[in-house]
Amino acid sequence: MKAKIIITPKKAVLDPQGKTVESALAHMGYQGVQGVHVGKYIEIDLADGDRDATRKQIDDACHKFLSNPVIEDYHLELE
Amino acid sequence: MKFAVLQFPGSNSDQDCVYTVRLCGHQAELRWHKDTSIGDVDAVLVPGGFSYGDYLRTGAIARFSPIMQSVQAFAAEGGLVLGICNGFQILCEAGLLPGALIRNRSLQFRCEPVHLKTATHDSAFTGEIPEGKLLQVPIAHGEGCYFADAETLASLKANNQILWQYANAQGELTEDANPNGSLENIAGICNERRNVAGLMPHPERASEVLMGGLADGKLIFDSMIAALEKRTQPAAA
Repeated sequence: MKAKIIITPKKAVLDPQGKTVESALAHMGYQGVQGVHVGKYIEIDLADGDRDATRKQIDDACHKFLSNPVIEDYHLELE
Repeated sequence: MKFAVLQFPGSNSDQDCVYTVRLCGHQAELRWHKDTSIGDVDAVLVPGGFSYGDYLRTGAIARFSPIMQSVQAFAAEGGLVLGICNGFQILCEAGLLPGALIRNRSLQFRCEPVHLKTATHDSAFTGEIPEGKLLQVPIAHGEGCYFADAETLASLKANNQILWQYANAQGELTEDANPNGSLENIAGICNERRNVAGLMPHPERASEVLMGGLADGKLIFDSMIAALEKRTQPAAA
């Protein structure tokens, strides 16, 4: 099993990386860009087992450690 | 008084903190991140650096180190804890201080002297700073932009928890004087109980005239020592 986690800055949090990439895209002539948010992607290889229990465990890790809920949101997928 | 100075892999201001405490005439001992107890001390300093390589997020891994469990317990009992730079980031990650430190708005690592306005003298970290005095101390960080949601920021203000703010040489809180984009020019805060504080600038690097310029940073250590001495004195009848 594999956990795929996408971590992005919360909308209310200043995202200077996103803003810089956004203005670079505009300078390069790419049209229609309305916002860029730069985050992180984490992949975790997992032993096969009970899917629900695994999700619960990784969700806990996302909340406590892999993301900081003060400034970040996360999206977890198991495959 | 005895201070414990934490030491993580990647700490780089630990020896400066030890030196400064000794300069103030008090004792300081290093505590390795794998130690499980801070021991019998009066205060804890969480120094600057790049603990665990700043991997994942600044301070994210350090907060789970064995020594931090002991710091949590010490803080819960009312012990004085000061986090400097990476130490501030660790204390926020640990939930000992509200909010978070994120990437500087400029995306640049800023290494320069700044002026700090002391927002309140009502704390164990600011009590000895003369009224109206601007502190000149250096910063050296890439992730020092203080962020908290609107509710947290309102409670910081309502409880007088903002300790230091970036100011210009005239003491005005301008946008130009803000080196990292921090909300309200915040350079340092304390918790609601006022026994845990953190700041991004490095007072320990500005505590001796010999090392260049002013010794303004020492006033923060002097404040902690004075507060600790007051604690140990019996209350006046």
